[in-house]
Amino acid sequence: MTTDLTRRTAAELASSIASGEVSAVEVTQAHLDRIAKVDEKVHAFLHVDAEGALGAARAVDAKRAKGERLGPLAGVPLALKDLFTTRGLPTTCGSKILEGWLPPYDATVTRRLREADVVILGKSNMDEFAMGSSTENSAYGPTRNPWDLERIPGGSGGGSAAALASYESPLAIGTDTGGSIRQPGAVTGTVGVKPTYGGVSRYGMVAFSSSLDQGGPCARTVLDAALLHEVIAGHDPLDSTSIDAPVPGVVEAARAGVRDGIKGLRVGVVKQFAGEGYQAGVMQRFEESVALLRELGAEVVEVDCPSFDYALPAYYLIAPSECSSNLARFDAMRYGLRAGDDGNHSAEEVTALTREAGFGPEVKRRIMLGTYALSSGYYDAYYGQAQKVRTLITRDFDAAFGRVDVMVSPTTPTTAFKIGERADDPMAMYLADLCTIPTNLAGNAGMSLPCGLAPEDGLPVGLQILAPAMADDRLYRVGAALEAALLQQWGRPLLDAVPAL
Amino acid sequence: MTATTEELMDLEEALARFDPVMGLEVHVELGTNTKMFCSCPTEFGAEPNTQVCPTCLGLPGALPVVNEIGVESAIRIGLALNCEIAEWCRFARKNYFYPDMPKNFQTSQYDEPIAYNGYLDVEVDGRTFRIEIERAHMEEDTGKSTHVGGATGRIHGADYSLVDYNRAGIPLIEIVTRPIEVPGHLSAAVARAYVAELRDLIVALGVSEARMERGQMRADVNLSLKPTGAKKLGTRSETKNVNSLRSIERAARFEIQRHAAVLASGGTIVQETRHFHEDKGTTTSGRVKEEAEDYRYFPEPDLVPIAPSREWVEQLRATLPELPGARRKRLAADWEISEFEMQSVVNAGALDLIEATVAAGADAASARKWWLGELARAANEQAVELAELPITPAHVARIVVLVAAGELSDKLARQVIEGVLAGEGDPDAVVAARGLKVVSDDGALLAAIDEAIAANPAVAEKIRGGNHAAAGVIIGAVMKATKGQADAAKVKELTLSRLA
Amino acid sequence: MSAITREEVAHLARLSRLALGEAELDHFAEQLDAIVGAVARVSELPTDDVPPTSHAQPLTNVFRADVVRPAGTPVLERAEVLAQAPAAEDDRFRVPRILGED
Ligand SMILES: [Mg+2]
Ligand SMILES: [Zn+2]
Repeated sequence: MTTDLTRRTAAELASSIASGEVSAVEVTQAHLDRIAKVDEKVHAFLHVDAEGALGAARAVDAKRAKGERLGPLAGVPLALKDLFTTRGLPTTCGSKILEGWLPPYDATVTRRLREADVVILGKSNMDEFAMGSSTENSAYGPTRNPWDLERIPGGSGGGSAAALASYESPLAIGTDTGGSIRQPGAVTGTVGVKPTYGGVSRYGMVAFSSSLDQGGPCARTVLDAALLHEVIAGHDPLDSTSIDAPVPGVVEAARAGVRDGIKGLRVGVVKQFAGEGYQAGVMQRFEESVALLRELGAEVVEVDCPSFDYALPAYYLIAPSECSSNLARFDAMRYGLRAGDDGNHSAEEVTALTREAGFGPEVKRRIMLGTYALSSGYYDAYYGQAQKVRTLITRDFDAAFGRVDVMVSPTTPTTAFKIGERADDPMAMYLADLCTIPTNLAGNAGMSLPCGLAPEDGLPVGLQILAPAMADDRLYRVGAALEAALLQQWGRPLLDAVPAL
Repeated sequence: MTATTEELMDLEEALARFDPVMGLEVHVELGTNTKMFCSCPTEFGAEPNTQVCPTCLGLPGALPVVNEIGVESAIRIGLALNCEIAEWCRFARKNYFYPDMPKNFQTSQYDEPIAYNGYLDVEVDGRTFRIEIERAHMEEDTGKSTHVGGATGRIHGADYSLVDYNRAGIPLIEIVTRPIEVPGHLSAAVARAYVAELRDLIVALGVSEARMERGQMRADVNLSLKPTGAKKLGTRSETKNVNSLRSIERAARFEIQRHAAVLASGGTIVQETRHFHEDKGTTTSGRVKEEAEDYRYFPEPDLVPIAPSREWVEQLRATLPELPGARRKRLAADWEISEFEMQSVVNAGALDLIEATVAAGADAASARKWWLGELARAANEQAVELAELPITPAHVARIVVLVAAGELSDKLARQVIEGVLAGEGDPDAVVAARGLKVVSDDGALLAAIDEAIAANPAVAEKIRGGNHAAAGVIIGAVMKATKGQADAAKVKELTLSRLA
Repeated sequence: MSAITREEVAHLARLSRLALGEAELDHFAEQLDAIVGAVARVSELPTDDVPPTSHAQPLTNVFRADVVRPAGTPVLERAEVLAQAPAAEDDRFRVPRILGED
């Protein structure tokens, strides 16, 4: 085990703390020091809560001193995406409209993390209200990719992914509406999981698109992601869409993947996710991974999901429609920014002036697009039709999962692009989520894990694994098996190749 | 404020030239312990912003969860209104901005209401009218604004407003009628009777106190006119939040007269919302909107669909109490009175009182006689509701029993009532304190009778000759002598046997 | 042909309470037009007998008992909530004058 605490996995840190080899305070301080050293360059955090983090760490050390049992991630630091409410800690969602807001309550995910004695280092940067694929839409400035500071770390959860890749935190929480956990994971060489919709409570996670949003774990290893998954998942009576069933045994699945392998597992390669627009190096690493799965004993077949070609347009109708309604509450009346309240302007005018001043261009674009799609006269052709396409996509998944246990594809068609490259070309930006979106529409589970560096640019490539709803454990089993095999090939973790900052 | 005075046509003339068509949308606040989508309490009159949580304040991240009793209440109301109950329905978001609506959308139901296709029968002028119910759906209330500055605390001209969200999220059931077409001269009365009947039904179901003065039940009166005999509906106005039965009738009449004047002068009615002014009995135009509202309804993604099983619906049907209409029919039969007489009982607010009085041992005719007679007069004089008089059905029943037993005459009974109303105690206490007792001691009575016979020999002779009607003179003399405390029937009986 | 005009963007901005500037109207008209043109592809799939999906999981009848603030429910401190408001007065949220009604 390395002596640099920031290089250890969450599982290693937890056992070191539990054994007393290091204290939780030491671990936390090491990460705070790392943040102080490199976050000026990376900008993974919007807010660092050093005091709160050290307080939580001290509490863990006190518990241990008293001989109390510690949870599996007790004392391990984490970066929490700024979309989750944290009582008394700034929560901005990457937006000016919530600048300075101190929520009076904790999200369920926040509460579960605290109850598990996970140490929350601070709030991680993100595209404003999770709308974006590059974290360039943060009102507080972009996050940079630790692999190349001129490149995007993916989005919307670029802050969470970059915090992992820059060794500022061993764990992070993301949210995935169209790929915002998996795509940043792919372009930063980290692991990200979008659990089954309803697997993790959305209570206190500021809504972007309610029927698609799902919080999930981000980590540097599959096992770490599984440990975090079990901390945050499970039924929540405060979220009506939360599934009232036992959480799939993902930690055990991750261990079983390494221990028992995946012989006989049926793997489907999605036919639609290849061809034009896919970078050669991405396809090369993907195909090598598929070959490796075969070597590990999996039966690989091609699966045809024709309606996946329509997932992107359906998504860009459904998500904006829901967001146009979800973001209506930012009206300058109860919390957040208020602009133009000069005693003359009416409430209506103050709301419009505040939203004009407080929302960035992508948010405005999506609000108006959604307003359009829901308008009388357009509803059937746009929102209504998109929801029917959603049914067809679900049927394609059902048919495919009748034949295979999991499906695989590249996570995103290209490696990290340059900051600014797609900033004012929304359609080009939207292509980054081409492969991740169908899973959000159908509500099943997906994971991205690193599968190599693209030869042409030396940047990470992500492999996406998809599983049926409530079969999240399959992601971890396959992911852990593949991760172990890749590690053996590479001789060291992929992230070891991240340049020094 | 827009138009201060409106041209009105004389009501008679308006009704001669036009047929009114009405629609009523009634919002009922349910009396659940908690709000529709969160577990905040719903007590009336609590300190501002103390009955709030992230959900009903619309804080970022908060989510709704449906109150099961809210759904049950909606189903029970639907069943009581003879509606079909949806096998599957959803909530929808109705999107529009308003500062007292925390999320800037109302969680409501749109094209999938929980109950639809029902009816409610109401009686007016001894006739029954069937009001068709289009739908009853679930939704949530808004917060409350207080307007500060300006002249009157009204929204117009205020400098700013203060918002209390305690009421935000309280469950509402919105009940919408199909167009109501009844003879014009009855339309306003039918509107009032419908809301009254609906209120009684809601109260009987125990789902709300439906107190209009507290805003627990509010009616929107939609009205349009068409030329007499015409088929095509006219443009309607929607008079919002009418908060008493009397106001419903007045608002409907006012709008009939206003529409008629506009139409007769060749004008057109604009489809708009209007506000009723309790003080003047008038309506004025709400803000004219520059563009049509587009609520962009869509299924609420944060709530899952509701699919009430038929077993559940039947279980709820079994919990329905006897409904007001059926109860009135039953009691009318029991009391042997006509539907018309029953209507006056209901109008007097005496139904529950009489039923309770009968239950406490009185006969129906006497109970009705006292409540609609002596007591109604007293209530009228004091300008209070019958139920607010300081006399209970048990008191009245006791008085009826005393009269029937011959211990009180009607005249004495009135004195007892007077004493009870004056706070002198229960009937027995008043009888004792005032010494009100029918003189039934035969000896004492016979002495008084003999005295009267002696004083009226000619009358006595007539009675002996078989003219029993002449006994009235003797009876009158005896009553006078006993200061009214004798039982007249007893006196008559004794007089006749004395002179047989 | 442009599906989304500048006027349409102005209408959408009013509906969604965004006080857009002149330059933004032009820019958004162009971008929204391109996006709408692209997403209109959803109509290419035959969906005559296909029901719409509004929810990712087929749950129904998720209810809450009618019990005031059971354990596990966040309970707010009024002072903490009002301290986050842009303006408050008399324990209420202070908002600019409301146009509209009456
Ligand atoms: Mg309504
Ligand atoms: Zn609440």
